[in-house]
Amino acid sequence: MAAKRGAALRADTADPPRTTQARAAAPATRAANLDRLMHDRTRLAIVTALSVNAALSFTELKAITQTTDGNLSVHARKLEDAGYVSCTKGFDGRMPKTEFSLTDAGRRAFKKYLDHMEAIIQHARGKSR
Amino acid sequence: MYDQPVTDRRAGVALNERAIESLEFIRTTMARSAPFTAVSGRAGVVMGALALIAAVAARSAQSDEQWLAIWFGCASIAVPVGLAMMRVKARRYELALWSAAGRRFAQGFLPAIVAGAVLTFALVRADALDLVPAAWLLLYGAGVLAGSSSSVPVLAWLGALFMALGGAAAFTPPDLRDIWLAAGFGVLQIGFGLYIARHHGG
Repeated sequence: MAAKRGAALRADTADPPRTTQARAAAPATRAANLDRLMHDRTRLAIVTALSVNAALSFTELKAITQTTDGNLSVHARKLEDAGYVSCTKGFDGRMPKTEFSLTDAGRRAFKKYLDHMEAIIQHARGKSR
Repeated sequence: MYDQPVTDRRAGVALNERAIESLEFIRTTMARSAPFTAVSGRAGVVMGALALIAAVAARSAQSDEQWLAIWFGCASIAVPVGLAMMRVKARRYELALWSAAGRRFAQGFLPAIVAGAVLTFALVRADALDLVPAAWLLLYGAGVLAGSSSSVPVLAWLGALFMALGGAAAFTPPDLRDIWLAAGFGVLQIGFGLYIARHHGG
């Protein structure tokens, strides 16, 4: 998984297209370079929520993402496997409590994703002028 | 743009629309997941502006009754405006105004406000109008400070500063009462309102 992410990041940081034909094909290339892991709505909601909170419990994340326990577990696990999210299990009194937080790699990936979206919009605006 | 094949142009437009959708999704998710506040920063700015107008008007009041009527008039406009703007903000971000955090905020904030109202009538009856600005500032600050534990942390600073102004108002000449009220309900509300609007979604 980490190797896949590395490949995606390398593709993302490749030199920008220089020829007219390459520029015309830029949106398609950018789509291919999108961080697919982040692009999914539930995973994007998890990462976004964690970007503005130091840590969130499973229950809080479930309320924010408005998804089921099973779905949240699956998506959180994928983000954890990719190294974007860290998970801490503990107890709140006698109740088990799972807390999630964004790792540095996750924060960087989120920023890159935002930059990517903005670049696509800027590119489209530039073409329409 | 037109030197591209039609399919490429369509792909570009679709991708652009999806990117805009994604950013919009991120924006609303951020607003929903940021520490709870339906406290409207814009309402704070509007209420602060009303307080500044009231302070200027109150400076030229001919009697204590007129002075009190001006400030009560200001409150009777500012409170409904503030509540309405909180509802608008809560609806915009799909926040439950009466969520657990919202109820905790009200439980912290409202007792001090009720105490302030009761104390105002008591002070007016006792002919101690000079102490009314201090009571308003101190109790409003205490309410905000108590409510801040279940809202955004910056409200704690707002509450503490209101209380400091209230303390100053209690021990300075009565001539300065409108200055203290303008500094608290005007300047502080506008300043913190702008901060909340900028950092906590409006």
